[in-house]
Amino acid sequence: MESKISISDLNFFYGKEQALFDIALEIPHREVVAFIGPSGCGKSTFLRTLNRMNDTIPIAKVSGTVMIDGENIYAPGTDVVALRRKVGMVFQKSNPFPKSIFENVAYGIRINNIHSSKTDLSNRVEKALRDAALWDEVKDRLTTSAFGLSGGQQQRLCIARALAVQPEVILMDEPASALDPIATQKIEELVVELKRQYTIVIVTHNMQQAARVSDRTAFFMLGKLIEYNPTQKMFQNPDEKLTEDYITGRFG
Amino acid sequence: MTTLTALCATFATAVLLIIIGYIAYQGISSLSIEFITDTPKPVGEGGGIGNAIAGSAMMTALASLIGLPIGIAAGVYLAEFGKNWFGNIVRFVADTLIGVPSIIIGIFIYTAIVMPMGRQSGLAGGLALAIIMIPIVTRTTEEMINLVPHSMREGALALGAPQWRVSWNIVLPAAASGIATGAMLSIARITGETAPLLFTALNSRFYNFFYDQPMSSLTVQIYNFATGPFEVEHAMAWAATLLLVGLILFINIVVRFLTRKKY
Repeated sequence: MESKISISDLNFFYGKEQALFDIALEIPHREVVAFIGPSGCGKSTFLRTLNRMNDTIPIAKVSGTVMIDGENIYAPGTDVVALRRKVGMVFQKSNPFPKSIFENVAYGIRINNIHSSKTDLSNRVEKALRDAALWDEVKDRLTTSAFGLSGGQQQRLCIARALAVQPEVILMDEPASALDPIATQKIEELVVELKRQYTIVIVTHNMQQAARVSDRTAFFMLGKLIEYNPTQKMFQNPDEKLTEDYITGRFG
Repeated sequence: MTTLTALCATFATAVLLIIIGYIAYQGISSLSIEFITDTPKPVGEGGGIGNAIAGSAMMTALASLIGLPIGIAAGVYLAEFGKNWFGNIVRFVADTLIGVPSIIIGIFIYTAIVMPMGRQSGLAGGLALAIIMIPIVTRTTEEMINLVPHSMREGALALGAPQWRVSWNIVLPAAASGIATGAMLSIARITGETAPLLFTALNSRFYNFFYDQPMSSLTVQIYNFATGPFEVEHAMAWAATLLLVGLILFINIVVRFLTRKKY
């Protein structure tokens, strides 16, 4: 298996509180890896160490290594801006900018200066919206406010926004937790579709969702990685008793 | 309970309406084109407050030119980078400055600017108004920026935007209408100030377009008219008050209009 991301000895602290303990994990190229576990188990915190989003929290402290394509992203002198362009992120609550639909998608392209011309910019925006399965729904109102979209559409807009900067990895932090079943289904189909081009890490509290979309699943509890296995094995024949108890709904 | 609170709400609004109504009733008869364009003349010869309107506009403009950039920039600093001891000091000082009676700021400018210059001037008046303006703008700007959801910043950071670009083209535009409201309200506030102008800009009976000369203002002119001994002057004070209140009301309405939600 070819690893895209390789994590070892990762410890994470909020001030004196340790939130992650000695995490080691390999995330393969162009697969979907799901993180599951009860609330507060550290799965979101872990996800956010992969694009250094935790840097915005002043009291956060990380030790250990996260290698992406063989480079430690916590090495001194790492270009965090370039890292975040390579590792895109979609958040739990859709967070479009107070701009038009077009400008939302164009933002990342503009700040990273990816486009060569105005036409190129429009083409890239269109492609990102198509890849996020949103184009047909918004093509006639690109200049209207992003806040006019439904919750599910807003979340797909945020996915389009992330895709527009041509990342290699996409981190998704419970991307469907605030959506209705139909919108959720669309997001899940999209994840499976995106797997062809991107490595995807998805945090979810919905175990059926993990089973449906992921190739591998990691189960976290109290900041520790309990089990990491191919999803099928995880849900049919887990190695750990704790995993089985959680998956069968005995707690959590 | 509902009735009682509704009654209080009605009372609060009614006071404003009564004041505006009374001012309009007293002032409207003395309003004329001549009153708005002419300079004051000896009692009984008519005259107007054109120079006071010009003076108020010039001093407010000077104050805004100095106060808005400094106030907005300071507010951006406090909201974006000011979560430290220095930010706390700035916040405390700004809050204290907002509470300082405006006449004390007038006295300060009198000692710092008027005495060394040897005369009152529009410059001194504008500076006094700027000092009143800065802490108000600073604090409203900070509050408006803090209202921008954190998730919006994270969204931009996650796209690879450096911190300053997040501040500049996500957070500031999102807070822009709020900041503009704060700015306009602070302009309305200083337009109505009298005390800090009394011994900084003094007054003038003539049109004066130079900042190093004493300058007339609506508020000081109203004060002079109102404290004069003649009925005619009192009538002119009412008319000038009507203009001033109308102007402030107008600014407030423009603010409402400009800050309608676009997105």
